[in-house]
Amino acid sequence: MQLSSELIQTRPRAHNVRTGDFSRDFVEEISRCQDEPKWMRERRLEAHDAYQSLLMPHTADDDEWRRKVDMRTQDYWRRTKRNMRGFNVDDYNPAAFSALDASETPASSGITKTQAESNEESSGVIAIEDGSPVESFVSKETERKGVYFADLNTALKERPDLVRSYFMTKGVTTETQLRSGNIPLRNKFDALHGAFWQGGYLLHVPKGVVVEVPLRVFIALSESGHADLSHTIIVADADSKVTILEEQVSSNGGVAGFHCGAVEIFAGQNADITYVQVQRWNQQVWNFSTQRAIAGRDSRLCWVSGTLGSRLSKLNQTAALEGAGSNVQMLGLTFTHSRQHVDVSTAQEHIAPHTSSDLLYRTVLRDRSQTAWSGNIYVYPDGQHTDAYQKNDNLVLSDRAHADTLPGLEIQAHEVRCTHGATAGPIDKEQVFYLMSRGLSRSQAEKMIVDGFFEPVMDRIPLDSVRGELQDSITQKLAAAK
Amino acid sequence: MSDELVIEDLHVSVEDKPIIKGLNLRIKQGEIHALMGPNGSGKSTLSNALMGHPHYEVDNGTVTFNGTPILELESNERARLGLFLAFQYPTAIPGVTMANFLRMAVSSVRSESSNGSETTELIPMREFRRELRAKMKQLGVDESFARRYLNDGFSGGEKKRAEILQLAMLEPKVAILDETDSGLDIDAVRIVGESVNQLIGPNLGVLIITHYPRLLNYIRPEYVHVLLDGRIVESGGWELAELLEEKGYDPIREKYGIAETVPETDGEAEESSAFRG
Ligand SMILES: Nc1ncnc2c1ncn2[C@@H]1O[C@H](COP(=O)(O)OP(=O)(O)O)[C@@H](O)[C@H]1O
Ligand SMILES: [Mg+2]
Repeated sequence: MQLSSELIQTRPRAHNVRTGDFSRDFVEEISRCQDEPKWMRERRLEAHDAYQSLLMPHTADDDEWRRKVDMRTQDYWRRTKRNMRGFNVDDYNPAAFSALDASETPASSGITKTQAESNEESSGVIAIEDGSPVESFVSKETERKGVYFADLNTALKERPDLVRSYFMTKGVTTETQLRSGNIPLRNKFDALHGAFWQGGYLLHVPKGVVVEVPLRVFIALSESGHADLSHTIIVADADSKVTILEEQVSSNGGVAGFHCGAVEIFAGQNADITYVQVQRWNQQVWNFSTQRAIAGRDSRLCWVSGTLGSRLSKLNQTAALEGAGSNVQMLGLTFTHSRQHVDVSTAQEHIAPHTSSDLLYRTVLRDRSQTAWSGNIYVYPDGQHTDAYQKNDNLVLSDRAHADTLPGLEIQAHEVRCTHGATAGPIDKEQVFYLMSRGLSRSQAEKMIVDGFFEPVMDRIPLDSVRGELQDSITQKLAAAK
Repeated sequence: MSDELVIEDLHVSVEDKPIIKGLNLRIKQGEIHALMGPNGSGKSTLSNALMGHPHYEVDNGTVTFNGTPILELESNERARLGLFLAFQYPTAIPGVTMANFLRMAVSSVRSESSNGSETTELIPMREFRRELRAKMKQLGVDESFARRYLNDGFSGGEKKRAEILQLAMLEPKVAILDETDSGLDIDAVRIVGESVNQLIGPNLGVLIITHYPRLLNYIRPEYVHVLLDGRIVESGGWELAELLEEKGYDPIREKYGIAETVPETDGEAEESSAFRG
């Protein structure tokens, strides 16, 4: 997104913001002032109960986030815990905005209108800032095809049945049903999200509909201390096809923030989904997200995650291959610098037979940044003829940076083909020499090698403009002062 | 005035082991030299040291290019002066397309500023494409090369042709070809030989490094040097190459009392013994 100065005001901003108020009362108030159906209020309250009963993972002695504690995971988890010490949920504000207050003068929005050409290259655009929708556009053609694309608070009013059946029922729940060893069963952040969620969107693509041009979503944090609790639901019915690019940005470079999100993706029979999420929060944002995709029979999902921003990020990503013949590709691109910390757990759960998954996570680290990736391929007893692949490569540009990598397999079926691998190391000196011998300076050579390292992931991002922005972020990070 | 690479009393060691032990050589723009020596005699060590590979330690001696001492310069600055090395074993760089790399490289060596400034202005895409296509056509290189990742998954022959393509694009003043013929079948040697021949002219000085004279059937050198145990022990004309073709290195070894050293990493032992026999 080109950030222009043109302001847009489609709806009032959150009118009710309370610092550090994560109380049951406030949950009730959010639900009431937004005029939510009873079942949603109940779900929020239920999540709130879970939230209260769980400990913050970094303060807990027993390890909520690490069910399987072996020496390696302990060591790796200790770093994340240590880096989370500066986090205090009470510093952040959940928010509610009232749908009844449409007459209220809207506050000026820091998020800027996606420019006309961005709309032209898009079938639809949703922009959300600090939990409030600030832009919503769906092309006529997309609408005509019966595609529903709206912010989640609106969707709750316009498509209550859809929301009711998909919202935190089988994707991300406060009680994870499936058992990949490296993703926690119960996560306080997921519970917090379930109780206080705000914003996000629902995309529903009906049966047989093909959306040729990508849909775009911008989620922004602007005011200091804001919590973004946006929730993504993508439902692609049988034989449909769609591409979504979601970008998370800070419209104010220096202010602290907190993202506690959830992403739920449902690929129906023979559906084809490409979902790209690029996280570019500023370096003061705490980022927590649990994401889960459920792949139906013969469906295809290409799932790309770019992580460039945040102070600390903890991402749980699961692809559940529930339908026979489904195929999931998970691609990750992470670049950390300064003292950033990014911790990602991925799970490829092969539940049905003849499923295939292919994961490639590539990470570049600079300065004193740290990353941890733990991945698990979990093949259920029925997952015969699974074909699963998993690879994590880390390019460590500084002696003080640290990358942990923990590939893993848990296999309960006999007829499977699973391979995994991991690498971590500095830039190859021979490569640098080769490029320099052709006239490139050292930094140009290193940049070219880093770009090449990211290429297999970059290659899967469908929009030039999004690739260009990622590329710019990478260039800036490489050039940033140490 | 033509440019000249001057090597005087060069000593190079690898991991504290002296390999090049006092080497002298002058190559002018427009001249063709051949440097021949058995495996392990230090040919690649010499090439890498000239190009500034960090693994190779220069212990003594001077190397100047057109009067400028180059041993203290970074590799890219040497390239910008007009020195080029076609590697014996080119490095693969996955994810970097030949076209992107070459555009950056060509822009760097042609840019005006002398000290390898960080913001190289890229030559215009159209101009670059036109030039690349022309050179590919000239050398009979398939256009798909441009989109492939640099040396990644290339066959031996493709790697060598990619090096020659780079040579053609970068237009250096002096080029060192380190065993550009090794590991190739006879057809591939002919193709590479003919390609190099097309690039030879008054503006290019060439040092053809080989332990096997067959490439010299395509590129006829004016000067032939024999490298043995880190020194040039004989220099002459074409007749020296013929002598080697006929008798191998043993007579020269005997003459200078140098025992045959078995190279530690020996990928081409068979080829070299075939040659000796
Ligand atoms: N990178 C290296 N690391 C260790 N030893 C090396 C390296 N390069 C060359 N050598 C040693 O230097 C000697 C000369 O090798 P090289 O210059 O490659 O010979 P040539 O190219 O003539 O076959 C050999 O003994 C070889 O083992
Ligand atoms: Mg050699």
